[in-house]
Amino acid sequence: MEGKAHVYGDNIDTDRIIPGKYTKTLDTASLAAHVLEDLDPEFRHKVKVGDILVAGDNFGCGSSREQAPIALKVAGVGVVVARYFARIFFRNAINIGLPVLEVPDHDIEAGDPVTIDLEKGEVFNQRSGKRFQATQLPKVMIDILNAGGLVAYLKEHGTYQLNEE
Amino acid sequence: MTISEKILSKKVGNLVKAGELIITEVDGVMATDTTAPYAIQAFQEMGGGQVWDASRCALIIDHAAPAPNERIANLHTMMREFAAQQHIHLFEIGEGICHQLMIEHQYVRPGDIFMGADSHTPTYGAIGAMACGVGSTDLAAVMKTGKIWLKVPETIRIVCHGPLQPGVTAKDLILYLVGKISISGATYQAVEFEGSAFENMTVASRMTIANMVAEMGGKTGYVNPKGLQLDYDFEAVFPDADAQYIQTLEFDVRDLGPQLSIPESPDQVENLEPHEGQAIQYAFIGTCCNGRLEDLQAAAQILEGKKVANGVRFLIAPASRSVLLDAITDGTLQTLVAAGATILNPGCGPCVGTHQGVPGNDEVVISAANRNFRGRMGNPHSNIYLAAPTTVAASALEGKITHPKKYA
Repeated sequence: MEGKAHVYGDNIDTDRIIPGKYTKTLDTASLAAHVLEDLDPEFRHKVKVGDILVAGDNFGCGSSREQAPIALKVAGVGVVVARYFARIFFRNAINIGLPVLEVPDHDIEAGDPVTIDLEKGEVFNQRSGKRFQATQLPKVMIDILNAGGLVAYLKEHGTYQLNEE
Repeated sequence: MTISEKILSKKVGNLVKAGELIITEVDGVMATDTTAPYAIQAFQEMGGGQVWDASRCALIIDHAAPAPNERIANLHTMMREFAAQQHIHLFEIGEGICHQLMIEHQYVRPGDIFMGADSHTPTYGAIGAMACGVGSTDLAAVMKTGKIWLKVPETIRIVCHGPLQPGVTAKDLILYLVGKISISGATYQAVEFEGSAFENMTVASRMTIANMVAEMGGKTGYVNPKGLQLDYDFEAVFPDADAQYIQTLEFDVRDLGPQLSIPESPDQVENLEPHEGQAIQYAFIGTCCNGRLEDLQAAAQILEGKKVANGVRFLIAPASRSVLLDAITDGTLQTLVAAGATILNPGCGPCVGTHQGVPGNDEVVISAANRNFRGRMGNPHSNIYLAAPTTVAASALEGKITHPKKYA
């Protein structure tokens, strides 16, 4: 997976990802049309399919609205990389099949071309030539992500399976 | 063991410790008109059928109620149809805010494990339930299986030595603590509040405390049940004396004064005094944080026989129909309306920026809600201060941020 990095700061809340006034809809394209509107109105015009959203601490804090990761995914974001995520956003993203990587340390700047190896949890910054390791996800989350989200996972397994082996 | 470890161990049938991944049965779930439509869609995509236990599920129309447009009206219809098919109880427009209703109608009780598709679900820690906010797809999965996977959380223990000064409220205390812990300080963790500052608190005040665990990033939180009184019998879950905490923080709050969260994050908390005189155009009391009878009564006490300042809109949304009825019966509403307040139907009101009072450009709001992120109330070009209902009421009288002691 390869894309251009869009870099933002700490504590990006769900109101900034998708304002509450736009969340009451099942039309996911209309969510994407307002993604990050109050943070960077240009984002939705410049994001390309597969691009990487990079943020600092506590990305996605605030509301439990699943519309936040949906808006990012439908807008084309391929992966979100942050130092760490707010917990509901983190679960929601995995559940809808949007990969999220906790990378405590990296040198990614806006516009950097970045390669992501989801299996290894590795982030490679093509500009600096440096590799960074993401925090290991629990197996159940990798399985959900590999299935394409929780809906597909439960269709396949019927219930959760935690065995770490 | 911590409260979370005790509740989860009892449910799964063996001792579990912080850090373990577990699958647990759930005692109850709820979703609102923001989260239910996606949950219903995901439930159908998972194969549909009947929910695991309709009596343990609730749907609430509160975030945009009554429907402000046809798009939302149709989402409400989708919820009503699903509820009817599944024999799930649906709380209609005007009945109140999800969190208030779950506690009032005993959908959640002490010691329960509850998953709510709303981030302020930890509010139920006010009565000692382990309650977590989840998204729509997680909620759908619980409706289908009756179970959820989760990590047993580490716990931060917050001890507050009181009593609080007269006129200083639970809201002032929790704003102060959110400022100390920060918006991310309890991420993935549980919070236990204990100490003399909490022991005499009403259930309503305890709900205000547990509610803002969400603004610390917490997974769940509890007000220690010492002093908790409910109108039914219950078994309180206390932490063990040798419980292992990731952190213990102690605060002497006997001299704490009114607090204010300044734009544009709930953890930007300061003493009220430096901000006195800041002009406001819009005052709001309501929400799952501060829309209960004691909040309305505190406002009425300040507004009694007075008028809201010219140029100020003062909106009040009771947390539930029961709160509204009580406020009618005891005359609180008479006082508030006579003073110039506009009463909205019970529900989330303008807190989420979807309906019922969006601030204009460059306007300043003082609100008893729990969030003041940019754009929260529907306009990114306005600013929101968060405060106790007492401070909101005093500020509405003067058209500027005002110390409530002036009207004590």
